[in-house]
Amino acid sequence: MQWEVVIGLEVHAQLSTQSKIFSTASTAFGAAPNTQTAVVDIALPGALPVMNKSAVEKAIRFGLAIGADINKKSVFARKNYFYPDLPKGYQISQFELPVVEHGAITIRVEPPKGEAYDKVVNLTRAHLEEDAGKSLHEDFHGMTGIDLNRAGTPLLEIVSEPDMRSAAEAVAYAKALHSIVTWIGICDGNMQEGSFRCDANVSVRPVGQKEFGTRREIKNLNSFKFLEQAINYEVRWQIDQIEDGHKIVQATVLFDPDTGETRMMRTKEDAHDYRYFPDPDLPPLMINDAWIERVKGEMPELPAAMQARFQSQYGIPAYDAATLTASKALAAYYEATVAAGADAKLASNWIMGEISAQLNREEKSIAECPVEAERLALMIKRIADSTINNKSAKDVLRWMWESPKTADELIAEHGLKQETDTGAIEAMIDGVLAANAAMVEEFKSGKEKAFNALVGQCMKAAKGKAPPAVVNEILRKKLG
Amino acid sequence: MSLTIDDVRRIAKLARIAVTDDELAATQQQLNRIFGLIEEMRAVDTTGIEPMAHAQDVMLRLREDMATAPDRRAEWQAVAPAVENGLYLVPKVIE
Repeated sequence: MQWEVVIGLEVHAQLSTQSKIFSTASTAFGAAPNTQTAVVDIALPGALPVMNKSAVEKAIRFGLAIGADINKKSVFARKNYFYPDLPKGYQISQFELPVVEHGAITIRVEPPKGEAYDKVVNLTRAHLEEDAGKSLHEDFHGMTGIDLNRAGTPLLEIVSEPDMRSAAEAVAYAKALHSIVTWIGICDGNMQEGSFRCDANVSVRPVGQKEFGTRREIKNLNSFKFLEQAINYEVRWQIDQIEDGHKIVQATVLFDPDTGETRMMRTKEDAHDYRYFPDPDLPPLMINDAWIERVKGEMPELPAAMQARFQSQYGIPAYDAATLTASKALAAYYEATVAAGADAKLASNWIMGEISAQLNREEKSIAECPVEAERLALMIKRIADSTINNKSAKDVLRWMWESPKTADELIAEHGLKQETDTGAIEAMIDGVLAANAAMVEEFKSGKEKAFNALVGQCMKAAKGKAPPAVVNEILRKKLG
Repeated sequence: MSLTIDDVRRIAKLARIAVTDDELAATQQQLNRIFGLIEEMRAVDTTGIEPMAHAQDVMLRLREDMATAPDRRAEWQAVAPAVENGLYLVPKVIE
């Protein structure tokens, strides 16, 4: 039987505020346990939550970025469950009336087989809520350690429609979302520190069947690689179960990166009766048009718009424009390079090629690139005006990487300047032809290969300093 | 709507409230009286009235995003039953 995979994602993006969503405790990562907590976070009786304006503003930003509806009135609700890292006995979240609804994101999917394609993924909602603390299960004399520093950290839970049909689509969606939240500055996107976590709802159904199959939810995937592995494992597991005559039971599962398997955490029936109700401590959140308009005025140019502009303004292909707008910092670096006088397409090639490759090797981000846009631009200018060839340029870039010298300084220092005097090149070629009479004869008797050999000889004689195109042209003429 | 004894057991379990077997019937009765009250309210015609999410017609107050809370861990952990390395210790929980 042919199976269709159905995936919906819930992403928790930690909002990059200074203080917590309902208290004035700091949200900084990595502090000593329990040193960043306020009365609300440890749930002292009588402590009342007071909403952080910046968290709301970041939710509005997100809504605007994905073309969603921003609800003028939204409501906070209590989600009740018992766990020691949640001292209140409930999480403050939003249930019936979330702050953001609908909206969509266009994703670029690169499947393992076949052509890349675009797809629109619709969003159901995004709501504000607080994070829980951390439970440390190392052995504390048979007890569990609780750190409440994270309790009350503002989260935006972003829920998609079950629109994705493969792990590749789910990963593309998660990456697109990650790019948006970091781009608009509402989340630092640090997945190791848990600032961006994915839960995947996965089900399968026979191709052509209208109803969805029973889903299982894979919790807390904190890397794109795990997201992909977990979904692929889960899909195979569900299909095997059904083909063996078993029924899928709705459940929450965890992915174990060591085994590459998902395993059951709890069945959903009982534990998930959260008994939501509006939190009497928090009246409705009201957002007026003036506020939305002000936030709109402060929004940066979004990746899709910037991509289109790059194509028209710089005349670079769609692929280049998409790659260069993968992050704001990368796009800024590219624009600065072109503004400093570099050819737009050459700049794109070098940034996507050598620069990115070297940054990857060193596990650095573009912000840490030791070669500033201005220095890169000068090097590219020297390629464009034939002062150096591509091969020398790679050396120049490597040296610039390790020193503050400019391309011109390095070209002079290493004697890389190409011969541009065609008279001198002609004389050099004459010398080569005279010394390789046999090859010239071969060429004249119809062996095209001999021509390449002659070019090779010329380049060798020029020690790489003659522009290959010029050598080719003169050689053709002389052999005419 | 009225609750069965099993509903009462389930609600008590979800709320982590120990209701003994001989308290069940009385609890059921009390809860059902509350439901009765809700039924009465439901009978009121509320056509055209916008539902409220809060008893008072007020809106949420917002504060500026500033981290000003001092570290009071020592004070709070002094009254905690068990602490170690700055962590609160609780009976082991494993999913």
